[in-house]
Amino acid sequence: MVAIVDYGVGNLFSLVSSFAAIGVEAAATGDPEVLRRADKLVLPGVGAFGDAAAALRQSGLADVVTEAARAGTPLLGICLGMQLLFDESYEYGVHPGLGLIPGQVRAIAERIPPQLKIPHIGWNALRFTGGPCPLFRHTKEGAYVYFVHSYAAVGCEANTAAVTDYGAPLTAAVWKDNVYGCQFHPEKSGSVGLDMLRAFCGKEAGAC
Amino acid sequence: MNTKRIIPCLDVKNGRVVKGVNFQGLSDVSSPVELAKYYSDCGADELVFYDITASAEGRRLFTDVLCETARTVFIPLTVGGGINTVEDFDRVLKCGADKVSVNSGAIRNPELIREASRKYGDQCVVLSADVKRLDGQFRVFAKGGREDTGLEAIGWIKKGVDLGAGEIVLNSIDTDGVKGGFDLEMLEAVSNAVSVPVIASGGAGKIEDFITLFETLPRVDAGLAASIFHFGEVRIPELKKALRERGIPVREV
Repeated sequence: MVAIVDYGVGNLFSLVSSFAAIGVEAAATGDPEVLRRADKLVLPGVGAFGDAAAALRQSGLADVVTEAARAGTPLLGICLGMQLLFDESYEYGVHPGLGLIPGQVRAIAERIPPQLKIPHIGWNALRFTGGPCPLFRHTKEGAYVYFVHSYAAVGCEANTAAVTDYGAPLTAAVWKDNVYGCQFHPEKSGSVGLDMLRAFCGKEAGAC
Repeated sequence: MNTKRIIPCLDVKNGRVVKGVNFQGLSDVSSPVELAKYYSDCGADELVFYDITASAEGRRLFTDVLCETARTVFIPLTVGGGINTVEDFDRVLKCGADKVSVNSGAIRNPELIREASRKYGDQCVVLSADVKRLDGQFRVFAKGGREDTGLEAIGWIKKGVDLGAGEIVLNSIDTDGVKGGFDLEMLEAVSNAVSVPVIASGGAGKIEDFITLFETLPRVDAGLAASIFHFGEVRIPELKKALRERGIPVREV
């Protein structure tokens, strides 16, 4: 079973539905026991990094997620959930993350031309970097995925699986051992996104 | 490079899709769930569900339809219509909406934009404005375009962005339903005034109207339309192919 970490941040309806659509049993839960027993974990998140990191710690689930990931349970962080995997974020102050992947989260405004709009909202193409990432087993380079973000990871080149070009190359996906992160929303990226969730769950590509 | 988005809008009343011309004379078109799936398969980049029901029963039908759509369609869903409180945001977000658009509710209570953007993030709050030329200015209308608010549109939209709106849908009442092209003059004024994404609405009648929109106003991020998609006058795969051939970046599916 896939357990989606529910720490009171954001709405998990689409994420739960997307796993149902690919025929994988998934549940959103904040129960530490269920999370510890799960075959795979998904860490979602929206909003500000500091609030989400605090909510994750106060719920006691930060340790549960970190321990499970260190023990080898496959973990997929999505959007802010991906940013939480890193050492720290500079969104309104400095906030520590889970430290599962080395790197920092910085405002994209620091790196892109001023005429480009922020947040980076919309469909943008993936450019693969590094070796073949298992998450992209069913995905072609150049595939479009849906982004909504104002911050992105930096200093994580060794673990970057894909970037997207928005005035500068922005970290789109990371991979380190059993830990994966997507800055975009696979659950909102149509059949391309569903195929990534299938790959994460060890399933074959979908029909379309 | 971010792609330009093509967004079909589904006006929903009592759980069915309708579309009026100049907001009058509505006619039933199809099932929202079926239509949403069809558009998603065709390459629509996002969908807008607009609830034009006033009754509690209609609201319930709407959220049922929204939930059912979010279970089967995995592209961004924006919901608007009857959003007056943060509780209304909560109601539709729990049913799978990604963004919520406010219009009359925000005109009555601009703080709604601030409260909702603090709670759900700027990216979640879309300010939709129905705008018409009146007395030599762009004027904001409320209640589906029926009521002159007296508000000057550019000032209102800038205020909305300052309060936390993360995206603007600009619907020109002057060009809506006429199918003579988007309101380029109005769109230029708005897209020059704000730094958040602007979605053009009202007036598209053919593929060339979208080409003209994105070539003339590169700062406009998306084109929204309803009946031309519903009645098959413009087909999204052909529209995207035409845009791509003109060098306008669009998502391929």
